[in-house]
Amino acid sequence: MCQVGEDYGDPAPEGPPPPRPGRELKCVKCSEGLPVVVIRAGDAFCRDCFRAFYIHKFRAVLGKNRLIFPGEKVLLAWSGGPSSSSMVWQVLEGLSRDSAKRLRFVPGVVYVDGTCPVVSTRRLRRVAPRTWPYPILGSPVVMIPFCLHLEGAACGQSREDRAKTLSDVKRILQTLGFPWHVVTLEEVFALPPSVLRCSAPEPVGTVGTYKVAVDSFLQQQHTLEAEGVGDSPSSAQGEAQPSQPCTQDPQDLAEPPPAAQTEALSRLFDSVKTLTAKEELLQTLRTHLILHVARTHGYSKVMTGDSCTRLAIKLMTSLALGRGAFLAWDTGFSDERHGDVVVVRPMREHTLKEVAFYNRLFAVPSVFTPAIDTKAPEKASIHRLMEGFLLRLQAQFPSTVSTVYRTSEKLVKAPRDGCASGPRCLLCMCSLDVDTADSATAFGAQTQDFSQMQPPTPLAEAGAPTVPCRSAEVGRAPNCCQGTRPCRREDSRARVIKQLCYGCRVNMKDVPSLDPLPPYILAEAQLRSQRLSPEIQEYLLENSDDKAHTSGSGAWGPPEQEGKDGQTVCDCINKNIFN
Amino acid sequence: MPAPQCASCHAARAALRRPRSGQALCGACFCTAFEAEVLHTVLAGRLLPPGAVVAVGASGGKDSTVLAHVLRELAPRLGVSLRLVAVDEGISGYRDAALAAVRRQAARWDLPLTVVAYADLFGGWTMDAVARSTAGSGRSRACCTFCGVLRRRALEEGARLVGATHIVTGHNADDMAETVLMNFLRGDAGRLARGGGLGSRGEGGALPRCRPLQLASQKEVVLYAHFRRLDYFSEECVYAPEAFRGHARHLLKLLEAARPSAALDLVHSAERLALAPAARPPPPGACSRCGALASRALCQACALLDGLQRGRPRLAIGKGGGARDEEGPPPPPPSDPGSAPGPADGECGAACKERCE
Repeated sequence: MCQVGEDYGDPAPEGPPPPRPGRELKCVKCSEGLPVVVIRAGDAFCRDCFRAFYIHKFRAVLGKNRLIFPGEKVLLAWSGGPSSSSMVWQVLEGLSRDSAKRLRFVPGVVYVDGTCPVVSTRRLRRVAPRTWPYPILGSPVVMIPFCLHLEGAACGQSREDRAKTLSDVKRILQTLGFPWHVVTLEEVFALPPSVLRCSAPEPVGTVGTYKVAVDSFLQQQHTLEAEGVGDSPSSAQGEAQPSQPCTQDPQDLAEPPPAAQTEALSRLFDSVKTLTAKEELLQTLRTHLILHVARTHGYSKVMTGDSCTRLAIKLMTSLALGRGAFLAWDTGFSDERHGDVVVVRPMREHTLKEVAFYNRLFAVPSVFTPAIDTKAPEKASIHRLMEGFLLRLQAQFPSTVSTVYRTSEKLVKAPRDGCASGPRCLLCMCSLDVDTADSATAFGAQTQDFSQMQPPTPLAEAGAPTVPCRSAEVGRAPNCCQGTRPCRREDSRARVIKQLCYGCRVNMKDVPSLDPLPPYILAEAQLRSQRLSPEIQEYLLENSDDKAHTSGSGAWGPPEQEGKDGQTVCDCINKNIFN
Repeated sequence: MPAPQCASCHAARAALRRPRSGQALCGACFCTAFEAEVLHTVLAGRLLPPGAVVAVGASGGKDSTVLAHVLRELAPRLGVSLRLVAVDEGISGYRDAALAAVRRQAARWDLPLTVVAYADLFGGWTMDAVARSTAGSGRSRACCTFCGVLRRRALEEGARLVGATHIVTGHNADDMAETVLMNFLRGDAGRLARGGGLGSRGEGGALPRCRPLQLASQKEVVLYAHFRRLDYFSEECVYAPEAFRGHARHLLKLLEAARPSAALDLVHSAERLALAPAARPPPPGACSRCGALASRALCQACALLDGLQRGRPRLAIGKGGGARDEEGPPPPPPSDPGSAPGPADGECGAACKERCE
């Protein structure tokens, strides 16, 4: 069903579907086995063929892209959810095959325990945070078809629930046999500012180099086997690791993180006004944490379990958040923005439906943890909205998700103007996509204000509750309050905002104060802004607030009114007009 | 509770809050600010050079009414002259009332008005006739597909008739946001690659077009029309409920409730999209039949009309395998179900088929 030029008035093709003989139906692939699952429209697979198809897709994605070199250390980011569990399971199976088809990299697993007592939305405030309903796991296999938001932080989990989740997680991790790391989200408060710096990448090999590397690896294996070291060294390497988990991070499991850090984390998330911004912030912090773990333990690749469905939703969400410039990095197979650590998405061709069926049929263990938006109403955040919209549209037009996914493959990792090297965003580490010089753009339209005919007096600003001493104008030195109130806070906020990309700036608008943020972010912002003007640093006097401002900096004007959902165009403006 | 003072002139009582910034302004200051912003967009984007003859696509609706009014105010400063061009698609019960509004506006503003009709330009094919022709196959009528292509053609013709050098249309930020959402949902990489700017420079002999209201949100356009007491036609087109754009519009409304700046965020995303060179449309040439801008042998308008004439209206819709470029055999009788290409046909080619669920 071609999308372009296709008409969308009809939900389904016309006419009755062709009559299907019930008992005579056979697997479309081997034509022998009895089909157990239907993938796509009308393709029925038997159990073995489905397994082969699923595994083949996983291996094909890895093999086609040729990014993971033999012997490389790869960190698997496991959230406990179905897609990442399936991915970990695939890696496990792939390592246990006969030597010709065995996966050649060295895996490790990281689990981020983000179960902090956070009460995120207004609706959830009515629920006592400590008695959040928690599904008890009776068996290692948790089957949740079409579950989408199972990664990361939960709301309001008590300490007992958190310990129970951790013990389940640990049980599954120990059966894997890879080295594993469990980190708590509170550890973001201990991250160094170097996490936000893009390290120089290792020399990237071309296809020729890949083949050379593979050949030499295989030769090495044969040589070692011939010398009688025993089974192939890569498995010995893998099995040497299990001795590590017993000694690895014992303090993480022995005791929960310090209460002060948990307190700080919940304070941070409580201060964020909208669920959208919370989710984005959570995603950012989790990425930084995983990056740090990878760098510390020498992993050069990180694998995440984003499925096709999830990536399509992520693409549309990123579009709506203003991250159109970075779609290729956010949803492509490989994401090299961090330099030395490359994020890879091997599950990107598997739909969530296939993942769910596979996990069900082959008993893949997973752990359910409530996410930050579990049970949140659909209109609570852009992520939820987009997910609901896409899945509803998918029910009407069954090729929606695959179409969006296909379009994402046509995106390239290049800025439109062509200037790739420039300052990078502080939080998401993509090249900045805001151009303060070009004002005939959406960004320019939002940072300029033509309604101010004269500089505002302090009286005019008295009505704005959350803006202590900042003028509505950007680009003019704030001459309000004339030193009656300190501008240092606005200084640091303006400094941080200036270093963010468009999407991150919009998110920061929902974060009224930057103080609860983990210190590494603010420290790095400070470092970067000082680096910008080394020559004049020595001439700047202390306490000179005016000179610290540069044009074009600062956040946008006073916080926006929340738009109401009007039915007709005329209704929508009634709320703006005073009577 | 009395309204606060206007944040700009501090003299009058504020009459509204700006949707974008929450600022309280009086009517006059808001309109001044709106006009200043449009002027800034035109100047910064270098959209309308001095001495240009600008054809304003006037439909009688709120966007083109506001556009024409604002440009009329700004015309002396920009040094341009305006002509109104209205397109009559032949949709009974809708377009006649809209055209009446346009005529009133033209009289009030004392601007020359030219009306071009589909029936005259396209050999008697009005939109109602197109709708009748494409109806009955069980699928949607694709009216917006036809109307959009033919209207752009008609605007071009009308602009040439009045001797214009530029064409402006009243698309606002919400329209552009819906367009980018829709193009992603449909997988239209070609349009995604072409869009995002403030207009097109005019390649291959086509007149340059631009959208001065692109950075203004729809709410502000309506507010402006309200405070300037502009008379416009506000009903929906008869065929609009069938359009796919309705899904994108609904989604945008939801997004704006969650985040008020959603429309401008989407416009920013559209500006910064980077598509692979292979996905971009080929460099344009000229249509072999009418000489207009075309990326294939026939321009889209001629191709659509060709399909209509041959009794196969969907000929040029979708990636049908090159049939539109040939003269082809006479069409099979309409009662034959095999003639209308269905979704299971190879209309899309193997790459899609593999991925469809």
